[in-house]
Amino acid sequence: MSEVTEQRRVTASNGALASAAQLLPQRKPRSLWGDAWRQFKHHRLAVAGSFVLLFMVLATLIGPFLWPIPWNRFDISEALQGPSLRHPFGTTDLGHDIFARTLWGGRISIAVGIVAMLVAVTLGTLIGAIAGYFGGILDSLLMRVTDMFISIPSLPLLLLITYLFQDRMKAIFGIELGMFLLIVLVIGGLNWMPVARLVRASFLSLKQKEFVEAAHCIGVGTGGIIFRHILPNTVSPVIVAATLGVAQAIITESALSFLGLGFPPDIPTWGRMLYDGINWIEFAPWMVLFPGAAIFLTVLSINYVGDGLRDALDPRRMFAV
Amino acid sequence: MTQYLIRRVLISIPTLIAISIVIFTILALAPGDPLAEFAMNPAVPPEVRQRIRQSMGLDDPIPVRYVKWASSMLRGDFGYSFRSKSPVIDLIRQRLPTTLYVIGTAYLVSVLIAIPVGVLSALRQYSVFDNIATTLAFIGFSLPTFVTGILFILIFSVKLGWLPMIYRTTIEVEGLAGLWLRIKQALMPIMVLALFETAALTRYTRAAMLETIHQDYVRTARAKGLSERAVVLRHALRNALIPVVTIVALSIPGIFTGAVITEQIFRVPGMGSLLISAIRDNDTPVIMAITIIFSVLVVLFNLIADILYGVLDPRIKYE
Repeated sequence: MSEVTEQRRVTASNGALASAAQLLPQRKPRSLWGDAWRQFKHHRLAVAGSFVLLFMVLATLIGPFLWPIPWNRFDISEALQGPSLRHPFGTTDLGHDIFARTLWGGRISIAVGIVAMLVAVTLGTLIGAIAGYFGGILDSLLMRVTDMFISIPSLPLLLLITYLFQDRMKAIFGIELGMFLLIVLVIGGLNWMPVARLVRASFLSLKQKEFVEAAHCIGVGTGGIIFRHILPNTVSPVIVAATLGVAQAIITESALSFLGLGFPPDIPTWGRMLYDGINWIEFAPWMVLFPGAAIFLTVLSINYVGDGLRDALDPRRMFAV
Repeated sequence: MTQYLIRRVLISIPTLIAISIVIFTILALAPGDPLAEFAMNPAVPPEVRQRIRQSMGLDDPIPVRYVKWASSMLRGDFGYSFRSKSPVIDLIRQRLPTTLYVIGTAYLVSVLIAIPVGVLSALRQYSVFDNIATTLAFIGFSLPTFVTGILFILIFSVKLGWLPMIYRTTIEVEGLAGLWLRIKQALMPIMVLALFETAALTRYTRAAMLETIHQDYVRTARAKGLSERAVVLRHALRNALIPVVTIVALSIPGIFTGAVITEQIFRVPGMGSLLISAIRDNDTPVIMAITIIFSVLVVLFNLIADILYGVLDPRIKYE
């Protein structure tokens, strides 16, 4: 295709230069995102993953409105029933409908994943940008802090903070919001380090580039250079890290709730449902099977999407862990 | 090299101090009183409670408490558990062997599986074997340990009835039968941990091998007529293993913390379940000791990974 354009351009320069623009075929320019999408489409599993993910998100968003049984209604006379037409995923030991709870809990699990990732990415981007742009003492100080956070064993600290501060947070913000905020902040606050390193590395190389110099010359302020000129160029690796970060955060929240140190029983996230179900595993395997499958499907499809994005956005195909 | 080592060790000391300060401050600021049960007890008058608090140093300002705690920690004294009143070090000594046994076996198994599979699947890139291995690794990598654990319990305990659901330390059967029982109950925790690690390590080995296999020196080795075996084992694999060995060392502390969840699923009485119960009981000395041990592990294995990297790869120069 480009050869044809090239030929036309040559004939155009031989002939009337003025009509060159008209001779060029009217075609939309290829953008970064267009290229990325074209590449992404070839990764079949990533596309499949996107569909599954979209389905899960829509199901948890719309499902609770459509399903006739509310997630918090229980009926002891219907306790511990296996999957049936009335209760497709069975019922819990108290007679809750597991299907309704899986839908409702998925909302919270996915929301925790997304918001915790946003916290981590915002924090990481900010720290990485400051360290990379300003350099010097500020940089080495921030990188020391990053190194320290990397050496902190995150799971024990996570358990500790959520356990110790949940009462205070619940008292301030109410049970649901307090717990949500606490978990999201803690997960985000302990997972920003990879993003900070990525962003810092990009800033270090980008701030020397000519376009940044040009921006300096026309008098763009520091904030403008950081946010308008450099930051958009660091976006591709951050997007990949963010996608995988959502999966990580969902796993972490589920692990917390599974250990009984996350959401309380009246907020049935997928991890919490596993925690409640494991004692009944011999009599009512469906109590753990369906929430477990929901976690697995969501995480697997997010990971595939992340994998596809990595191939699509990074032409060098780096092997990030 | 020696100089580099000394400097690396010196750098890790402030990191450890900072981590311990962070954790200590969190614990000190947290609401919740380790002596809450005394407060509920009408038999203990307030004055006595006050005296206990003082004797435990709970009313000192935080920095003073930190210095006291850190100096006794350095002397190897982890203090006494608030809950069981026994020395923390004894509790840890009781629990550590179980954790080490389960984690160690799991890690060994996963290294033994992951490296050959990763290498083979890189050598036959896009073959059926590679596709199966990569897909399985991807699935294993996406399955959190608590989901695999539950799945294994459902399959091997509930459906098939082959393996026990719960880990017991009090097996009183003697001889071979007892040994078999002990092995049997450790199988599922080991499998769960090994599955996750194997998946992660396979992906990494495959990537590292793919990287080296296209290097010029590998082509040179082929061009001068070496057997495929020699090319793969001596020229490609040895170089591919450099990053793999590093990642093996780096992920060891991660397994310790990952084992917290696995131990909880199967009720393995290891370090992880000790940590969880200590958190529930607000047992500060135990929590501090375990978190510090985990942090030391992270810092230590970072150091080991760095040194290994230099030993294995002569291109790395220590400044």
